[in-house]
Amino acid sequence: MSIESRSTRQTKLTITVMLLVGGSLIMLFPLFWTLSTSLKTIDQLMLFPPRWVPSPAQPRNFLDAMTVLPFHLYARNTMIIVGFNLFGSLLSSSLVAYGFARMRFPGRDALFIVVLSTMMMPYIVQMIPLYILYSRLGWINTFLPLILPTYFGVPFFIFLLRQFFKSVPEDLADAARIDGCSELGIWWRIMLPLSKPALAVIGIFSFQTHWNDFLGPLIYLTDANLRTLALGLYAFRAIPGQLPMFHLLMAASLVMALPVLLLFFFAQRYFIQGVVLSGIKG
Amino acid sequence: MAVSQQRRRYHWRKALTGYAFISPWLIGFLAFNLIPIVAVFYLSFTNYSVGSEYRWVGISNYERVFERDRIFPISIYNTIYYTFLAVPLSITFGFLLALLLNTKVRGMAYFRTIFYVPSIMPVVATTMIFLWLMHPQLGVLNYFIRGVGGSPVAWLTSPVWSKPSLILMSLWGVGGGMIIYLAGLQNIPEQLYEAATIDGAGVLRQFWHVTVPMMTPTILFNLIMGLINSFQVFTQAFIMTGGGPLNSTMFYMLHLYNNAFSYFRMGYASALAVLFFVTILVATILLMRSAKFWVHYEVD
Repeated sequence: MSIESRSTRQTKLTITVMLLVGGSLIMLFPLFWTLSTSLKTIDQLMLFPPRWVPSPAQPRNFLDAMTVLPFHLYARNTMIIVGFNLFGSLLSSSLVAYGFARMRFPGRDALFIVVLSTMMMPYIVQMIPLYILYSRLGWINTFLPLILPTYFGVPFFIFLLRQFFKSVPEDLADAARIDGCSELGIWWRIMLPLSKPALAVIGIFSFQTHWNDFLGPLIYLTDANLRTLALGLYAFRAIPGQLPMFHLLMAASLVMALPVLLLFFFAQRYFIQGVVLSGIKG
Repeated sequence: MAVSQQRRRYHWRKALTGYAFISPWLIGFLAFNLIPIVAVFYLSFTNYSVGSEYRWVGISNYERVFERDRIFPISIYNTIYYTFLAVPLSITFGFLLALLLNTKVRGMAYFRTIFYVPSIMPVVATTMIFLWLMHPQLGVLNYFIRGVGGSPVAWLTSPVWSKPSLILMSLWGVGGGMIIYLAGLQNIPEQLYEAATIDGAGVLRQFWHVTVPMMTPTILFNLIMGLINSFQVFTQAFIMTGGGPLNSTMFYMLHLYNNAFSYFRMGYASALAVLFFVTILVATILLMRSAKFWVHYEVD
């Protein structure tokens, strides 16, 4: 009896491990193939059957890919947008979240429900009026439409930080109040330092969102010199008449994905935390 | 008397500080949400186009949507096709994957990372990768298919295969949903399973009567977010197929984008946006109403 149950447990474990390994291979294959392609010479692209490991390997592809179009410029543009958004989302969302978490004022809970419902608001609805507004202001082909809105608080981040602030003991703030600290001082000196993990989650989310964003830059940036990496990669693919440049395209794709992947590996804990928090509210 | 007046003033000051703290969001909500929503309704009754005079045209934009826009019904069909396959598939796979990754196996942290990583890839990079994987002549997917004796698939260049190809690609990112289910699974109290075991429930019954009910709130959340996102599917089709071949990937959002930013028919595109808004609103409300029939909420 016990031997039998042990053997069924063994079978179960074997099946689980087989599924895990098989699934992992499928998930990893596109990345492996991208890396392999990015190191190939152009004639190796057309080999059939394909050559799994490039030989000769041609690391120069990465340099070529980055210079076919001025990717250094695109990287700079992306970093400007990402940087300003990072700062703005941390600053404004934490201020607003503090108000919702710790202040008492009429209409607070109703307004917070409005915050939650704007989280589900599809961008497609506001897109056209906002485009008209920005074009009247002369902001097309500037980074302002891609940066400014963040400085008015990001609903999802407000939600995350409010949850976090609520878990900080009130006594700390009370003690500071008795010492004559203003609410702004409490936010800056007590809440923010205590909320570093939550702020890290938000920073990562903000970075990822704006690094990956395609539709926003597509609409607001038509000047080739203002392209972000996402737009640059799209433009690269659209260069006409140059059939298989896939080795360069894969190299450029990897370069674009690399910062996000690196961030993930160094801050995995915060990534998962943020995603998990976002799901639990449902 | 004087004390209560003082207290009232104190309360007012506190309230004002509160409003001051949330004022960035309040202003932003008005400027970036409320006013644009009102504006899009107004614009949908005009013939607004960039750089020219515009006037009120009544409901003629809406008439045109339903009577003369040949692409509109196609884009609705494509979007529904995509949503009704991609969302249930990603929920099913995400959930099954979470179950698998919730077992106790050595090195599980590595497996979780591997399944999660594709979902954080920039969407533009992902589309480039799949353009190459799904290349009709040189793509490695067709090499595998030939290897098992199948005939090569035209993937994105075939009107029949283009939508399934995009759905297949979306499943590479299934890890994003998986991680949320995984968190949900780990939040189920162990006592529930212990109690079920004592009552003589086997593995399968425990799954149906403990795991699934406890996970329904998470499934509802992923269902609503999945629906809203799939209805807006855009970037993949815009980059990979441009809506083709033969409009087979002309999704609603792409149709709206083309009208607004390729033909600069902003008034007309606003009408499309209003219809979208109403649809999403109704769908979300219906889903949330349906919750009481199938979503299990813990009462504590």
